[in-house]
Amino acid sequence: MSSSLEQISDRSSTNPAIAVEQVSFRYGRELPGRPWTIERVSFDVARGEVLGIVGPNGSGKSSLLKLLAGLLRAGSGQIHVLGQASSDLSPIALARMLAVVLQEQTQVFPFTVAETVLMGRFPHRQAGWWSFGSEADTPGDLACAQRAMAETDVLSLADRPVSELSGGELQRVMIARALAQDPAILLLDEPTAFLDINHQLDICSLISRLREERQLTVVLVSHDLNIASQYCDRVLMLKAGRLSHIGSPAETIKPDVLQAVYECEVVVDAHPQTGKPRVTMPMRIG
Amino acid sequence: MSNGHATPLISTTGTRDGRGSSGPAAELEWSRSGAILTRRRRHLVLFGLLAASIVVTVLCSSFGAAALSGNDWLTALRELITPEHGDSAGTAGVILFQLRVPRVLMGFLVGGALASVGVTLQALLRNALADPYVLGVSSGAALGAAIAMLLGIGATSILLPMLPLWGFAGGLIALALIYRMAQSHGRLPIHSLLLAGVILNAVLTAMIMFITSIMDPARSAGLMAWLMGSLTAPGWIGLIGIALYVMAGIMCLLYYAPVLNVLTQGEDTARSLGIDTEQTKKRLYALTALLTGAVVSVSGMIGFVGMVIPHVVRMAIGSDHRLLMPASALVGGMFLVVSDTIARTAFAPAEIPVGIVTALAGGPFFLYLLLWRKDRMV
Repeated sequence: MSSSLEQISDRSSTNPAIAVEQVSFRYGRELPGRPWTIERVSFDVARGEVLGIVGPNGSGKSSLLKLLAGLLRAGSGQIHVLGQASSDLSPIALARMLAVVLQEQTQVFPFTVAETVLMGRFPHRQAGWWSFGSEADTPGDLACAQRAMAETDVLSLADRPVSELSGGELQRVMIARALAQDPAILLLDEPTAFLDINHQLDICSLISRLREERQLTVVLVSHDLNIASQYCDRVLMLKAGRLSHIGSPAETIKPDVLQAVYECEVVVDAHPQTGKPRVTMPMRIG
Repeated sequence: MSNGHATPLISTTGTRDGRGSSGPAAELEWSRSGAILTRRRRHLVLFGLLAASIVVTVLCSSFGAAALSGNDWLTALRELITPEHGDSAGTAGVILFQLRVPRVLMGFLVGGALASVGVTLQALLRNALADPYVLGVSSGAALGAAIAMLLGIGATSILLPMLPLWGFAGGLIALALIYRMAQSHGRLPIHSLLLAGVILNAVLTAMIMFITSIMDPARSAGLMAWLMGSLTAPGWIGLIGIALYVMAGIMCLLYYAPVLNVLTQGEDTARSLGIDTEQTKKRLYALTALLTGAVVSVSGMIGFVGMVIPHVVRMAIGSDHRLLMPASALVGGMFLVVSDTIARTAFAPAEIPVGIVTALAGGPFFLYLLLWRKDRMV
């Protein structure tokens, strides 16, 4: 029993969660004049790692995340997810390994929170065509959804329409839907955007908790350098579609690096509790 | 759908309490609060609506210029089963089985098709105000039928069954045009699709108006009545053909109900959940166009059913398409049958186009939503 477990973990540890090799991408492939949105980017994400992607506006952060999620197709280069080339995987197979929470999440219809989270079970559904769309959620689906909702603390909202939730509640419901997919990898696009500091803290501590309890690999895009510094194992900095720096917060969240990437001066000191780098805007006079 | 009780923004109990309990416990709790659609609730609602549909069909077949009692029904049914009187069938029997019942069944099919197409397009376009006519397929079908009438095809009784075929062809051509206009890089973006639909609708409507204006006034009145939407009693063979077609179409849409649920979450999210969105959208638009084209070509442009019914049913039973789709089809069928009964009887022996009745019922309902239930207007 224990030896087989070791074998599995041995075999799995040989492949990183995500391996990106020389990936380039541009919108509108037919138009030759277009500049690359992502240009020859290579990096690995280790299993159980939390990687933060940061960079100036328009540097290609969200595009890179969508490439990892299989929502955009790389113009050249390869992306491997858990050792398999993502271009060879069917959408369903990819959805069983990797879940993504995007920024686009306006809720048009009043589905309940429980119904919305259960949509995360779609890649696992077993029903054949003969059920004509009438299949009910299985006990396994319900258990998965319930676990995800407990982890994100939205169980008490189960019967509320999603169209009536606040921003913080909706973000946690969206993460619950992604967790219901039972993925090995979770991708998050700006998970704390438009949230107040209380809810930002909620989401960030949730990410740390998920990594410990589920051994999830997390890749998150953020504008907030402090969130990247406090909650990520490594930080990847993009500049104009190219990988500029990658490394631990101590190696990347430094005045000279930030000056090079963002082309502005910042003040970096140590977080009073963790000692990790903390970024502050300088006073600019005149 | 409960939404009254206030829940604290951050509940401190959920995490600890929820972790211990298992799936079936959640099912019990969630089915009681209506948080999820259970098999039991789905069956209860659908059997209830099916029973109501049968009652409405029988009742509405009894109303008309000549009111028919239960006795007339029994006599007519007996005659139908044992035609011992030879070819001299009773008047009640003729009225029921040659005129009323075919027309009522036709109304039910048309209403059901319009409502389920409306449900599908609202989910696809992520817009609760979408209806079967939004993409211009219906205008194509109407133009096809108008051209047929202009050429005199609809006027001669031998070629009368040709009219739906012209309408259907018009609808298909419109669909092909929309695909050509809206497609970019092999994708069908919602915004260009809606724009293409609006443009096509405007152009085709202008062409229909042009045809109406150059037509012989006697016949253009008939065309106008048809454009406003009106039901007629079809022959039994035609009815069976339409029934098979419409039911096959609705079954195909039902098959996509779980996919439609996921598509409402946005296209990128749907793709990340494993759906080939471009292929699915193309298939679903084609299905809705095939249904709309057929329905418009037999009954004209009956408005509001495809928009209001999905909306009302969603408010009553929730958004899950596994129930919303079949329930809307049944409610849409009943709504159109009742509307058509009013259209037949309100000014009897004269008839008004049923499209006027549905618009008069649907318009004020939307006004009510807008004025007093703004929170419900999604």
